Amino acid sequence: MNAVVEKINSEDWIEICALDDLIINDGVCALVGDDQVAIFRTGRGDEVYAISNFDPIGKASVLSRGIVGDLNGRPVVASPLYKQHFDLETGACLEDESETVKTYETRITKSGMIEVKNS
Amino acid sequence: MSKQRIVIIGNGMVGHRFIEFLVGSEKSDDFEVITFCEEPRYAYDRVHLSAFFSGSTAEDLSLVEDGFYEQHGVTVHLNDKAISIDRDNNTVKSAQGLEVSYDKLILATGSYPFVPPVPGKDRKGCFVYRTIEDLEGMTAAGAKGKVGAVVGGGLLGLEAAKALKDMGLETHVIEFAPRLMAVQVDEGGGAILRNKIEEIGVRVHTSKNTVNITDGNSTINRMEFEDGESLETDLIVFSAGIRPRDELARDCGLDVGSRGGIEINNQCQTSDPDIYAIGECALWNNQIFGLVAPGYSMAQVAVDHLQGKQESFTGADMSTKLKLMGVDVASFGDALGITTGCRNYTYIDEPTGIYKKLVVSHDGEHLLGGILIGEADAYGNLLQMMLNDMELPEHPDVLILPDRDGSAVGLGVDALPDSAVICSCNNVTKGDLNAAVQAGCTTVGALKSETNAGTGCGGCVALMTQVMNAEMENMGMEVNTDLCEHFPYTRQDLYNLIRVEEIKSFEELIEKHGTGRGCDICKPTVGSILASCWNDYVLEKPHAGLQDTNDRYLGNMQKDGTYSVIPRIAGGEITPEKLTILGNIGSKYGLYTKITGGQRIDFFGARLDQLPDIWEELIDAGFESGHAYAKSLRTVKSCVGSTWCRYGVDDSVGLAIELENRYKGLRAPHKIKFAVSGCTRECAEAQSKDIGVIATENGWNLYVCGNGGMKPRHADLFASDLDKETLIKYIDRVLMFYVRTGDRLQRTSTWMENMEGGLEYLQQVVIDDKLGLCDQLEEEMSHIVDTYQCEWKTTIEDPEKVKRFRHFINSDKEDNNVVFVQERDQIRPATEEEKIEFRKVG
Repeated sequence: MNAVVEKINSEDWIEICALDDLIINDGVCALVGDDQVAIFRTGRGDEVYAISNFDPIGKASVLSRGIVGDLNGRPVVASPLYKQHFDLETGACLEDESETVKTYETRITKSGMIEVKNS
Repeated sequence: MSKQRIVIIGNGMVGHRFIEFLVGSEKSDDFEVITFCEEPRYAYDRVHLSAFFSGSTAEDLSLVEDGFYEQHGVTVHLNDKAISIDRDNNTVKSAQGLEVSYDKLILATGSYPFVPPVPGKDRKGCFVYRTIEDLEGMTAAGAKGKVGAVVGGGLLGLEAAKALKDMGLETHVIEFAPRLMAVQVDEGGGAILRNKIEEIGVRVHTSKNTVNITDGNSTINRMEFEDGESLETDLIVFSAGIRPRDELARDCGLDVGSRGGIEINNQCQTSDPDIYAIGECALWNNQIFGLVAPGYSMAQVAVDHLQGKQESFTGADMSTKLKLMGVDVASFGDALGITTGCRNYTYIDEPTGIYKKLVVSHDGEHLLGGILIGEADAYGNLLQMMLNDMELPEHPDVLILPDRDGSAVGLGVDALPDSAVICSCNNVTKGDLNAAVQAGCTTVGALKSETNAGTGCGGCVALMTQVMNAEMENMGMEVNTDLCEHFPYTRQDLYNLIRVEEIKSFEELIEKHGTGRGCDICKPTVGSILASCWNDYVLEKPHAGLQDTNDRYLGNMQKDGTYSVIPRIAGGEITPEKLTILGNIGSKYGLYTKITGGQRIDFFGARLDQLPDIWEELIDAGFESGHAYAKSLRTVKSCVGSTWCRYGVDDSVGLAIELENRYKGLRAPHKIKFAVSGCTRECAEAQSKDIGVIATENGWNLYVCGNGGMKPRHADLFASDLDKETLIKYIDRVLMFYVRTGDRLQRTSTWMENMEGGLEYLQQVVIDDKLGLCDQLEEEMSHIVDTYQCEWKTTIEDPEKVKRFRHFINSDKEDNNVVFVQERDQIRPATEEEKIEFRKVG
């Protein structure tokens, strides 16, 4: 059983780029399967978050181009279109409870590559 | 019940205010309102008549909002003068032959300028200073003449002199009394005022009695004086006081005063209870009130009385503060010290030209009046002290002595009672202001529009601000001006910190002065300040993440996530060859194309990944970034100017290009728009811009802080007839001062609206160097100008930067969510429905 799980897992983690390809506090968009995923490297550079790139309010694929920061201690990105904030950990929109964007797990491999889990 | 018919004779400031009060009152439906106006236009702001010379139009001065009379069913007979009143039949006859009956009649006929009975007073070139038509006549005559003289050295006379001076005439003031402003100012004050005014280049002649006006040798007229001297002059403007227009009242037998004026009681009724008189034509308690505020009070009392309320007019405070030819002059209460037993304190600073006097009661406990010349900042507080009969400090002289060690003994606004009138033009009390603050007006701008305070002469704005701040403090409302949760500072504070400590990055700033990681408020703000100060390339690694998406990708993001592309077309001048290149690039990339309001070409629908290619082609063809994406200089719009235009006075296109190239790339609290017009026809609409320049016969007029857009604001005339060097110097200083003190996302128009001291203050800072900043401001600007770079050129030359414009970091695919459809032969973003349709087909 374990071996099977292991196998599925390793297929689901998709390598995106080197950590060093990302500028701290600046987002990029990656293609993960068919999904557009916004990836942010924040803080001192050791935290990597991934959420859907699609802004459900502005209805455009732009979230990777928003400004990241924190509000009341929560890491957020502000949509570049209408400035709503999305929690990078939960995907929740701070201004509109009914809107949430999908979040993706991320990890950094020993060789310094960023991987996103295709879920 | 049928309506009561109210007829008002005179549609001046007071007549109009009466109608406003009446139609806005509880029982407004009970009245039918008819008014006669002998002038060709509705009521206008006579107090600010001289603004006409600095570019305000008759429309700007109008007090009547479009459609106001129609909306309230008020009948106005324009251009028709009431010529007689029949009190037996309650009717009024007009010059055009109308006969209108009335239930109640309101005389708001105002006053006329007194012209001394000098032989020759009706000669060519002789004017009075009262109506817009008078001013139009003066302007026409001033354009031909060289010399102008004003008869009368009172308030209005000095205003008229300023107008003549501004027209470029050699200007003289002729005063019968031994000093200027004899009614308001004593001898000592008159002398200082005279020095100040002569410094500006106006010649003052006192104790001069004009006895004859005749042909001049080199000018149209010659004025001959009683002492045998004479003066050659083209224009003569009579401003020797006003006389009430009481002829209608006299003719129908109403009581008038021995020296004129229609007698009224405390309810503003004349000797006929059906007839009221208000404003400058009315005589109350043997006094005529030649100011607008008492006229407004009378209008209110009369309206109240018509509705059965017993309010009374009880006289008025005739205190004034104004700026005459750049000199502050204030006079209040018993300025000349005629109260029995009163005592004076006087402070004179001859070198600077300051004169201050306090008149206090015999026991030294109360303030009776005073005069301030050359510096009148204390006026608001002193006036309140007097009006509210507040106790003076032990040594009242501290109130007028210079505050050299910063320990000014002021009067806390908290000490004022709620009933204290802060704005006397619009009768707004401290209580009214506090109520508005409590209702949420926490900026001067909001308070102005809510209460009207500070919108008349503007003399109370400083005091009004103190009241606002004090009330906010009393409410326990921390006046929270923090930029955001990460910085307990205003934008201006952050600017100063960055400058003084030479901070070069956001990380350094937040480490030293902030908390957390920042947000979409503070990051772009700091990014902009860093750019304003050090002018680094905005996409340098530490700065890239601070930029709003527009700055980050050097284009304006549109609703579908694509960007617009706008190359700079300085001054709107472009060769056909370059225009063709733009056309080719637009069609190669299939971009939607439109002409902008700022005279350039805007391409839409460029995907992120296309931007570097498009810009590479543009730059190869000699274009550069238009900074349309940045909070910075956008465009300098121009008319075609003297090169081609039959009416052009100067080369507006040439100047526009020079200005645009000088200030391009300057990052500021918000975007900045310029325009340059080649003559006063103003085809470039410079007076709706942050910086507007208009060519005159003698140089350039500079206008500042105008705005079109959401809240239009007419720009203020900042300085006239400048040579190009001075013009650029002033613009450098104004812009850098804005960059230094503006709030985040505050356009220059709101910056000006909220500036304590307003236009005058900005002029003092920029022209008189009041803060000693000018050299520094110029230096800072010169750094920006010297370090300009085209951000797109820098970007396309760096492959690492170009990589950041790919849509996917791990794929060369395009964003499949960007879908266009055709409309009017061009692309537009597909709607959500169209996208669904498209996917089905696709």
